[in-house]
Amino acid sequence: MIEMSEVSKTYPNGVVAVNSFNVKIKQGEFVYVVGPSGSGKTTFIKMMYREEKPTTGSITVNGINLSKIRNTKVPLFRRNLGVVFQDFKLLPTLTVYENVAFAMEVIEKHPVEIKRRVMEVLDLVGLKHKVRMLPDELSGGEQQRVSIARSIVNSPKVVIADEPTGNLDPETSWEIMNTLEEINKRDTTIVMATHNKDIVNNLKHRVIAIENGRIVRDEQRGEYGYEI
Amino acid sequence: MKFNTLRRHFRESGKNLGRNGWMTFASISAVTVTLLLVGVFFVIMMNLNHIAGNVEKDVEIRAHVDSAANDQDREMIGRKIEQIPEVDTSRFSPKEKELTNLIQDLGEDGDAFKLFEQDNPLRDVYIIKTKNPQDVIKVAKEVEGLNYIQKVNYGQGYVEKLFDVVNVARNIGIILILGLLFTAMFLISNTIKITIVARRKEIEIMRLVGATNSFIRWPFFLEGLWLGMLGAVLPIILIGTGYYYLYETVSPRIDIKFVELLSVNPFIIQVSAILLLLGALIGVWGSMMTVRKFLKI
Repeated sequence: MIEMSEVSKTYPNGVVAVNSFNVKIKQGEFVYVVGPSGSGKTTFIKMMYREEKPTTGSITVNGINLSKIRNTKVPLFRRNLGVVFQDFKLLPTLTVYENVAFAMEVIEKHPVEIKRRVMEVLDLVGLKHKVRMLPDELSGGEQQRVSIARSIVNSPKVVIADEPTGNLDPETSWEIMNTLEEINKRDTTIVMATHNKDIVNNLKHRVIAIENGRIVRDEQRGEYGYEI
Repeated sequence: MKFNTLRRHFRESGKNLGRNGWMTFASISAVTVTLLLVGVFFVIMMNLNHIAGNVEKDVEIRAHVDSAANDQDREMIGRKIEQIPEVDTSRFSPKEKELTNLIQDLGEDGDAFKLFEQDNPLRDVYIIKTKNPQDVIKVAKEVEGLNYIQKVNYGQGYVEKLFDVVNVARNIGIILILGLLFTAMFLISNTIKITIVARRKEIEIMRLVGATNSFIRWPFFLEGLWLGMLGAVLPIILIGTGYYYLYETVSPRIDIKFVELLSVNPFIIQVSAILLLLGALIGVWGSMMTVRKFLKI
């Protein structure tokens, strides 16, 4: 599903963020990406949704070779992908409903279908009763759930999350994890960069550990392995 | 593009104006102020140009025919004059008519010339107008070279100076208007740039969820259009009514030859159309140039 072979990324300032990555992630897998700050986690994640291009090597996601894809095709590629961020990236002027519907409007879905599907995913993340609220009127956890709802509204095969619990307290973090688990059960691949030791050690999944731009560990049902 | 999508773009572009209230206000104000300046200046320039044109139009060539010429020679001269490409009209005025005109023009003093009616000292004259007033000097030279032309009169010396003054005034006007337009474009597009930069997050999210570049551009294109056109409304109203009252009060009181204002009816509609178009163009240009920056993948 996601395949990287000999992928390296060197930034123009000479920093080698990612060095010879070889990774294969199968459909329906749940993968944690762990490592200290500045280890290359975010670059690794960004390359998966083609926000960064690798300097060398090839990346294939959903059968599309991201090293060869033309810039104009990137939007089409991203429609089969959901992305969740630490800072939620919601539009403050839009309501909960509008924020989620936005992702369907941009790919020109029919209004009737939009309405049905948006209510469905908001129900899934437990926010059906807050559709008319603005992001500022919600708690951090609720905002992140809106953001997750937006990422899955187009039924992507892969959801990529960059520290989705980074801004949340432990209890809320677990709520988010339950939602992600729920999505994963529907055969959606989830790749999640995280610093949350508690979650990684208690909700066991595959762990890829990165240090100084290299993969130092890749284990099924792994441990977090760092002291915070 | 699907109809629903187009409808969405229109709806969104309208809603966004409201959502970004103060920014919208700032952009529209920038458009209003600059277009008002451009408009007022344009009105002044066009009227000055009109007056200058009137003065120029009054310039004519008077070619005096030698008294030795017979009817055939005179006809020949008339034909030759009309063959000159720059000539618009030429009119023959016999010496008898010239004398009557002279007597009339001089009023009471003219009576003295009535004595000459028996033995008219004046010459037959061809009065020539050129298509472009500035060709007068060239045409006069050509006419002067024809047979049986005794002398050519077009206000030598005076006319050249007049054209110089008019040309300089026109060029200064054009330069000032262009400069003002240039300033307006930068002022407006910069204000619009600030409103869009404030919304780069929106563009970033659109790109993340797979919106194509053209889909992202549309609402901004329309917003630029609305900002520009809304900004043009106030200048159009102010200049329109202002000019109307100016015309109504000033026009009847002017009794200097050549000096008249352009009449309200076609002129103000033209100015309004130009301002609206200018606002729309600058608005769209400003917003498109800025969005382009954020669309580079």
